[in-house]
Formats: sequence, structure tokens, C-alpha cells
Amino acid sequence: MTASIDRLGRLLNLVPYLLSRPGIAVADAAGDLGVTERQLREDLQLLWLCGLPGYGPGDLIDMALDGDRVTITYDAGIDRPLRLRPDEALALVVALRLLGETPGMAQREAIDRALAKLERAAGADAGAPVTVGQRGDNDRLEDLRRAVEGRRALRIVYYTASRDATAERVVDPMRVLVVGGRAYLEAWCRQAGAVRLFRVDRVDGCVETGQPSAVPPEAHPVDVRDGVFRSTTDQPLVTLRLARGARWITEYYPCETVTEGPGEHWTVTLRAADLAWATRLVLGIGPDATVLGPPKLATMIADRTRAALASYGVDR
Amino acid sequence: MSRSRTERLVNLVICLLSTRRFLTAAQIAAIVPGYEHDARDQRDHEAFQRKFERDKAELRDLGVPLETGTTSVFDSEPGYRIARGDYALPEVRLEPDEAAVVGLAARLWQHAGLAAAASSGLAKLRAAGIDVDQHTSLGIEPVVTVDATFEPVTGAVRDRQAISFAYRVPEDDQSTVRRLQPWGVVSYRGRWYVVGHDLDRGAPRCFRLSRMVGAVRRLGRPGAYAPPEVDLIEYVAGFSGPVERSGRAIVLVRQGRAAGVRRWAEEIAPGAAGDRVVLSYADPHWFASWLVGFGADVVVLDPPEVRQAVIERLRAIAAALPGGVATLEEVAR
Repeated sequence: MTASIDRLGRLLNLVPYLLSRPGIAVADAAGDLGVTERQLREDLQLLWLCGLPGYGPGDLIDMALDGDRVTITYDAGIDRPLRLRPDEALALVVALRLLGETPGMAQREAIDRALAKLERAAGADAGAPVTVGQRGDNDRLEDLRRAVEGRRALRIVYYTASRDATAERVVDPMRVLVVGGRAYLEAWCRQAGAVRLFRVDRVDGCVETGQPSAVPPEAHPVDVRDGVFRSTTDQPLVTLRLARGARWITEYYPCETVTEGPGEHWTVTLRAADLAWATRLVLGIGPDATVLGPPKLATMIADRTRAALASYGVDR
Repeated sequence: MSRSRTERLVNLVICLLSTRRFLTAAQIAAIVPGYEHDARDQRDHEAFQRKFERDKAELRDLGVPLETGTTSVFDSEPGYRIARGDYALPEVRLEPDEAAVVGLAARLWQHAGLAAAASSGLAKLRAAGIDVDQHTSLGIEPVVTVDATFEPVTGAVRDRQAISFAYRVPEDDQSTVRRLQPWGVVSYRGRWYVVGHDLDRGAPRCFRLSRMVGAVRRLGRPGAYAPPEVDLIEYVAGFSGPVERSGRAIVLVRQGRAAGVRRWAEEIAPGAAGDRVVLSYADPHWFASWLVGFGADVVVLDPPEVRQAVIERLRAIAAALPGGVATLEEVAR
């Protein structure tokens, strides 16, 4: 969709929008429609020149522009918005289905009602060919959502995969996010003194502390637009050579680089939370992954493999 | 678009909405400001025709239902009009709680390709008189991303038109071209799939959208097939659904270590050599490779098939280590 069509669509939409809100403040309308006040005023100027054939005073779109407020007094026949295009119907209908299928979601009943109405309004285009299935621990998510809504602090038992450790901590819930089908609790962690994202499937226990949540003003929501995993350059960069059977990890772990070949081998680099985590990852992948760097990781893998074999009483 | 062009197009829409008769291009040119030209001058006339064609295409892109036809049998040239009933969004009333969830739903795509479509759809609902509060929260915020092939694939499903695409799973060295009559797109566990009838395999197949390489091409004609009434979720889940953990293993876990194993424990019995932990598992080999990740902190006691699988895997890793296999004496040092 080009910017030019955008403006035409906006103008055709503007008349019925204003028609249903006589006397609306220009600033409010601009905010609602996502344009600047100046842009909206330019749009209004242009509409004044449009109307029915004849294009005389009684034919042109007319409005009362009283300082900051506007009222359409003649609509020239564009009194209804255009029907939804297939892509618009798809975007709204599928989004509602995604909401409705999100575990722990409140207002499921309102979502279903809205979905039915939109499907009816979209007519033939509502048969959006998209089915949605989510997963998750409904009860746990619902508990967390209620804590967010009720602004209640929680004591959670949380498994930190990067350290392979489970610990209790008190958190002040901020919101629950579902990113890529996986649920996270965003909260102020009192121990860390920072905002953290906790994977809900790693919250092994959760009770209310009885205190209200106390999210400090410096706590800012995490930007998850590009995913949840934030690699930083201070995390060790791990280089692995993968045989065919281990290439699947490129779909499951965010790799910084993937180089194919020679032969069946791929060389990948990824940021590890720490080397102990990388050790568990590489050992878990098995013989199809070879560490190319850092050397310390290769040594850790070798030591751990030998130690593990020794604990089975096996030396080769 | 220049101001005059936008003005001309708005006037064209209003004109065609107001007429019951089909108006020919020449009639439109005589009515709507901006189309003035000398029809006897061939170059001028051709310039008008090009302009009018562009304008029609623009209206159709916007979703304006431009009707073509003749009003009477005596008309030699087809004309145009816009049927009000096809143009206008049908009456839709949303309760405040319904409008709130629609506003939230439109925000779902904020970070993805459908954001623009959702917000222009929402603008139309607002123009229909619905007030949407964009700032409500349901406590849970889904953030949805889609793959680049989402739009072409859903478009093909809607048009019931076969597609071809290059497809590659990480295990393959080359992509292969697949031909599919798509039945529907599925979001399952945060990943996007398309299910359909694979024209080369002659059977239903499921593809991950993220594994499609390059462009999706359309094949044959639209409306060429009717998707069967099947539960597409079941179809996708069948490939990656949950499996029953019927196996039971006993492992020895070092004190204070391997929290990642302990959290799946069904029973934990403390002991001098470590904690005896009971775990259930589905596939012994997958289970073994997971346990190997924890190294010497976890030793499988039972069953023998898992213990053996762990040992074999450790041996294979040791054999692949640079410098080969160490001896027990070296380990002991």
C-alpha cells in the first residue's frame, strides 16, 4: 500500500468518522486516527473541495469548523466507511483468535462476541484461513495475570537455565507477555534490583506475599519487538561446528552467524549466557557438535565428558 | 499523490457512488474535475485513458468495489459505478468490552507485518462510530511475529489456488521445490505452518512457513479445489504434539547440583552418594541426550537402556574430542 492510497483511504474514512462524532475536537480526532493535527486540518481543507457532480455550494462536503471543533454538515454520500479489505479482516480476525487462544486470558467471552461481530461485518472475507492453537499452563498464567492486575507482589521459585539453579525471589509483577507462543512474566526483581523477564514454564512455584507490588519508577518495560533474547557483547561468543544431525539448533537458538560447509558441516556462532550453560548445551547436542571456540569451553567440555564417563566407571 | 489527484479520486468515488447508471469513461471525464481533456486530440485522449486506468487501479487496491457494466442494451461502451451496498461496511455495533479487545487485538501486530492492515481496519471501525480505547490491557500481552511468507500463503488459501515454493529443513543441503494446494495456515506453539494437499506426494503435508526459501509462486487457477473439513490444529500437533512419558528412570544427582533435572523429579530420596531422583521419560534416546548435558552431576542407575544410551553418547562425544579419549588415570589426576 503506497502513501498516496493511504491518504485517499484516510479521506474517505474521515467523513463518516466525523459524521458520527459531531463537534469533536480536531486534536482528539487526530490522536484517534493517528495523524498530526496539522495533517488532519489539511485533509479537511481538501474535503471542502470534494462533493457531488455540480460541485456547487449545495453539492460539496460541508462542515462547521468552529475553532478547535469540527462538525460535518453535509457528507455528499460518503456517510459510511469502506468495507474491510481481506487483509484488514484477516489482521483483525486472526489477532482476535490469537488473543482468544492465549492461555490465561481474561475477557474470553468478550473476545468471542467481538470475533463473531467482526466476522459478520467482514462478510465473505471473514473466512480468514488461519487457525490458532496455543499452549501453556492456564492456571499458572491466570495466577500471574491476577497478580499483575491486582498489583500484588509475588514470591516465586524460579529455575534459571543459564545457571542451572532454582532460587526463590520476590518480584513485583509488571505484565505478562506471550512472545513466540511462550509466556513470560515481566517483573521488577527485588534481588536483582532490575526488570527481568521470567519464563512462565520455569516458574516452579508462586505465592502472593501479601504485600502490594512496588514497581519503582525507574522500571521500564522490556522492548520485545525483536524477540526476548537479548545478546550482549560481554557474553562469551561460542563457535560450534555442527554435523548434519545438529543443524537443527539453528532454528532453536538465536545464532549470530551461520556458515554452511564445507561438506555437511555448518559453523555457527552464538552468545552464551555463560560457559557453564554452553557446556550443558553442547553436551546435550552430543557428538554432532564440536567446539571451535573459545578454548576454555573446549577444555570444560572435555573435562566434563571424561568426568562423566569416569562416574560410570568407563574410561573409553 | 498530489493534492489534485487525491481530490480527483475522492470526487470520482462520490460521483460513482451517487449514480445508478453506469457512467462511461467519457461521461466521467465530462463530470469529474481533473479529467478535462480534448477527446479529439489523440495524444491528449491517450493521456486521459492512462490516467483513468491508474485511478481505477488505485481504487481497486484500496478495496473500492468498482462495478463494470452497461445500463441498457443500447449502450455500446461499458461504464462504471459503485454499488453502495458493496462499498459500505455493514452496520456493526460493539459493546465497550468488545471494542476494547478489538483495540488490543489490533495492537498485537504492532511489531509485525500486519500492523498496517490492522490499524486501517480499526480506523474503519472507528469511522463506523465505534470508540476504541487503545490503552486497555488484559493483563496478558501477546506479541506476534509472522514469517515473510505469511501473507502470500494466506492469500493463496483464500483464493484456493495452488502454490509452489522452495523448502528447506536444516538437515537438507539443498532446498526442494514443493507444490501444494494449501488448506489453511496454522499458528501452533508460536510457529506458523501451512497444511494442504502436497501435489507431488499425493498426500496431506504440513510445512513450516519459516522454512520456505524465497518467493511463493501461484500455480493454476483460483478456486481450483475445495479444502476438506479437517481440524488443521490436530494435523500440525500430530507432527509435534505431546507424547506420553511412560518410561521411569532412577538417577543419582549430586547434592545441590543439576537443578534442571531436579525440577522434573517425581520423587527425591536423599542419600550419601547423592539424591536418588525418579523421572519419567518418553523417548530413551532423547532423554539420555538431555541427561548428558548435566555431565557427572547426574548418573543413571536404572533402566539399563537409558544408562547404556548415556554411556554410548558420552563415549561418542569423547571420541570426537580433539586429542582423543583420556584414560581414567588422567581423569583421576
